[in-house]
Amino acid sequence: MGLTAQSSGVNLLRESFNIDGDKNNPVVALAGNPNTGKSTVFNGLTGLKQHTGNWPGKTVTQAKGYYTYLSQEYTVVDLPGTYSLLASSIEEQIARDFICFAQPEVTVVIADATNLERNLNLLLQVTELSERVVLCLNLMDEAERKNIKIDLNGLATDLQVPIVPTIARDEKGLSDLKKVIDKIVNQEVQLDPIKIKYSSKIEEKVEKIVPELNKQFPNLRKNINIRWLALRLLEGDRTIFETLEECYDVNLKNKKVVERRQ
Amino acid sequence: MKLTELPLKKIGEVVDIMADPNKKRRLLDLGLTEGTEVIPKRRSPSGDPTAFLIRGTIIALRSEETDLIEVEKK
Repeated sequence: MGLTAQSSGVNLLRESFNIDGDKNNPVVALAGNPNTGKSTVFNGLTGLKQHTGNWPGKTVTQAKGYYTYLSQEYTVVDLPGTYSLLASSIEEQIARDFICFAQPEVTVVIADATNLERNLNLLLQVTELSERVVLCLNLMDEAERKNIKIDLNGLATDLQVPIVPTIARDEKGLSDLKKVIDKIVNQEVQLDPIKIKYSSKIEEKVEKIVPELNKQFPNLRKNINIRWLALRLLEGDRTIFETLEECYDVNLKNKKVVERRQ
Repeated sequence: MKLTELPLKKIGEVVDIMADPNKKRRLLDLGLTEGTEVIPKRRSPSGDPTAFLIRGTIIALRSEETDLIEVEKK
């Protein structure tokens, strides 16, 4: 690897995910469980301006599209539908790597309003990675039909993320979604979503690992969330090693960062 | 009992998952935390996999996974 993404910033890194860096658009990633209407939201946002292909090197379909809001063009990337970001399948790895390394300006987590409990797991995993997160509650019409009432303000207060209710099938709520995305991109709102606090046993380890990672890889900090990386190392996630090597030329395997478990 | 042994249409409550950390994490992500209700809905003709209703979503699991899940019949 001669010229790596490390030396030329996030644009080149984005190109490695097939996102045209030369366009310089803000990137919006759509994440969500399967069957939450993610692709309907994607189609509603981008209309006919979209391209489909594969994620580089993977036989998983990639859809990206464009829309313009207040004369700013945005690139939208439809991530594979997953229940989790913990990389136990190729789809999950793609979703995780994209949010982690291509660093979309905004990640929209699309959740099925009729099945919130299941869907919020992914949201919490995304907020662990990125602060610029919007929760899009889709299928609001079905929730109403099932007599499910959602306390949107309460939920927004608890999660500390902006929430946009939508009925993507009828294109309802999508302009609100664009407005919220625009505000985040232009830094008109400061986001600080809730973070999961783990047991003291885990938190103590994280506190030990984080300064060590910062010391050994001073440049990494700019690019990825170090606390999140520390948690993955504690979990023994091997896939993260490959991606770090590919994206940043960082080889964690030969460094003694993590103490052996007693 | 193991989730594999739970008869169709009966309600089971997850008591424990006895899998290695990665597999366990995966099952937790599918919503199978302690205390979760699981209902086997349909079994494929060969007997495996089985479709389970878990937190409002139907998910098919193989017996190699359901063998690791301890449930209590309700």
